Parts: sequence; structure tokens; C-alpha cells
Amino acid sequence: MHELSFAESTLELALRHAQQAGAQRVVGLHLVVGEFTLLEPTSLDFYWERITQGTPADGSRITVRRVPAQLACSDCGRACDPHDESWACRTCGSSRLRLTSGDECYLEAIDVEGPAR
Amino acid sequence: MTRRVAVVQDILSANDHLATQNRQSLEAAGVFSVNLMASPGAGKTSLIERTAAALGPTMRLAVIDGDLATSLDADRAAAAGAQAVQINTGGQCHLDAAMVQRGLVGIDLARTDLLIIENVGNLVCPTAFDLGTRARVLVASVPEGDDKPYKYPASYRGIDVVLLNKIDLLPYVSFDRERFLHGLRVLNPDLTSFTVSCTTGEGLDAWFGWLRDGVASMQAERERVG
Repeated sequence: MHELSFAESTLELALRHAQQAGAQRVVGLHLVVGEFTLLEPTSLDFYWERITQGTPADGSRITVRRVPAQLACSDCGRACDPHDESWACRTCGSSRLRLTSGDECYLEAIDVEGPAR
Repeated sequence: MTRRVAVVQDILSANDHLATQNRQSLEAAGVFSVNLMASPGAGKTSLIERTAAALGPTMRLAVIDGDLATSLDADRAAAAGAQAVQINTGGQCHLDAAMVQRGLVGIDLARTDLLIIENVGNLVCPTAFDLGTRARVLVASVPEGDDKPYKYPASYRGIDVVLLNKIDLLPYVSFDRERFLHGLRVLNPDLTSFTVSCTTGEGLDAWFGWLRDGVASMQAERERVG
């Protein structure tokens, strides 16, 4: 359900940047979405088709680059597997881990058409 | 001719911008604010009732209540002595900064010390939307199970404080408190935690103390800024 909010925000962001670039149409969007982010790309597509109708982004396609989640040990610095459910460092045994990637959720670029100013 | 335009901006940046505005209005008025999030039935409304009863005599409390359709929770907060505003999200599963901005219009901030925003009972998405509060507080309860931060890490990120509620049920339920809190701390390294029971009252004094400290430091900050 919250994918509707994400879709609306993405559309607003894309149209603003397209306008600033003097473009007439948005034909593609490139999103970067971390594994530990609350965004389900299939559900996003479902809303995208509906909310872009009649806008300069009508018919555009979203490509999502997923970033795997990664934990690192705060004591020895080694990378740890977030899918190993103990969430402890296998090298030094420390339980002080932190998330180093996987929380990304941004619009990286858009593909546009139409005259540049 | 297709050309690529670099954007590199957070998808929810429009929400974050409004959240910053909310934060500024609340801080200018010296109001300490918390965004209370939880699964349905974890005990958010009971916690607000307990909090209003304990702090009501010494500070002015306001509650913004997010709900899918009813005003039952706002009614319970008002009955407990708080200024209460209901926001019906019309089916939307979370509050966002724009809804809170509209809700703030109904609250007299000059006569408020503590604002509690009760988010929609849902743990999947409220954590993704910053509302502009000083602290993001999760109410979790023992029957939900200790494995949840590991199973749904995305939903347990972005939290400053956790209240583990219903600890009176620990003798009857298999729940490893340390395992649960460890998962939360990995996802939120600066986490503050309280273990409480809204039924017996156990542990609640520490939570009330934390709120009192928050209100006092907020007011001191405002006086310093002038």
C-alpha cells in the first residue's frame, strides 16, 4: 500500500527534474533500492502505470538496481552476512555490528526526450 | 533522441522536507515530540492513557492520532485529559509529514509541552516516513516473538527508542529479550530501551522519566535560543 506514496513521490521528483532539464517526456527511471528498504518493485510498477496516465511520464519504464544488505563488525571491521540470523561477527565473536549498505532508496537518473534548453 | 539526466535524490525527499518544517515549528514552540509506532494490539493507546494519567498533572499533553477510519483512539486520549486531534488516513497504512502538518493546525502548540503522535497500527511502513518528531518510538510486545527484527529488518530500522511491552506475559511465552534487543541494536546503534507492562505498570516510571527529561531539555534549549 505504501508503494503508492513511493510512486507519487518518484513521479513528482522525476517530473521536476525533467522540467529543469527542458525535456518534454520521461521515458525511463533508474531507482536504487536496498534490500533492507520497504519498497516492493512489483507493487511499485502496478501503481506506476495508473498514476502516470496523462502525465509526461506516461508509458515510462522503471528499472530498479537492488543493493544487497551488508553488516560490518564495529570491533574488527570484517563484513558479516546479514542472512546469518545470529547477527554476530564470525571472525571475532563481537555482537556490535552495524548496517553498511542495504538502506538505499533513491532516484539515480531519468531518461528523457524532447529539446534541451 | 533519449538523454540521461542525473538526479540522485531520495525518493521520499519531499516528505523529508515537510518533516523538517514540522520539526522547526515544534522546536520553535519548545514542544518535545514523539512518533509512536507499533503493530496493531501492541499497546500504543494503553501506553498513551498511562502516560497521560501519570504526566497530565505536571505537563500539557497533546495527541495526534492516526487511524484508518475511526476516532476511538483520539476519544480515549481526550478522556485521559490530552488535547487530541484525529487524522483519518482513509485507508493509507501510515502517517506522513503532510498529514501531520495538517494535524498540527488543530493543536495549540504554545500550550503544549509534550506531543505524542500515535501512528497507524501497522509495522510494515510507518518507519519509512519521517514526521518531524524529536524521537521515533517503537512499542513492541512480547507475544509478537523475539525473531521479528531478524525477519523484517526493513521495518525495524529508523527507531530511537523501544518499549518492550507486556513483560508480565514473559513467564507464559517463549521470548528471549536479549535476542530481540540485540537485533534492534544492530539496526539502530543508538537505541534506548525500556521494558514495561501497561497492565501492571512495571517499568513505566523509567519511560515517564525519559519523557520528563526530553521536555525539560527541549524547554531549556528554547530558552537558550531565546
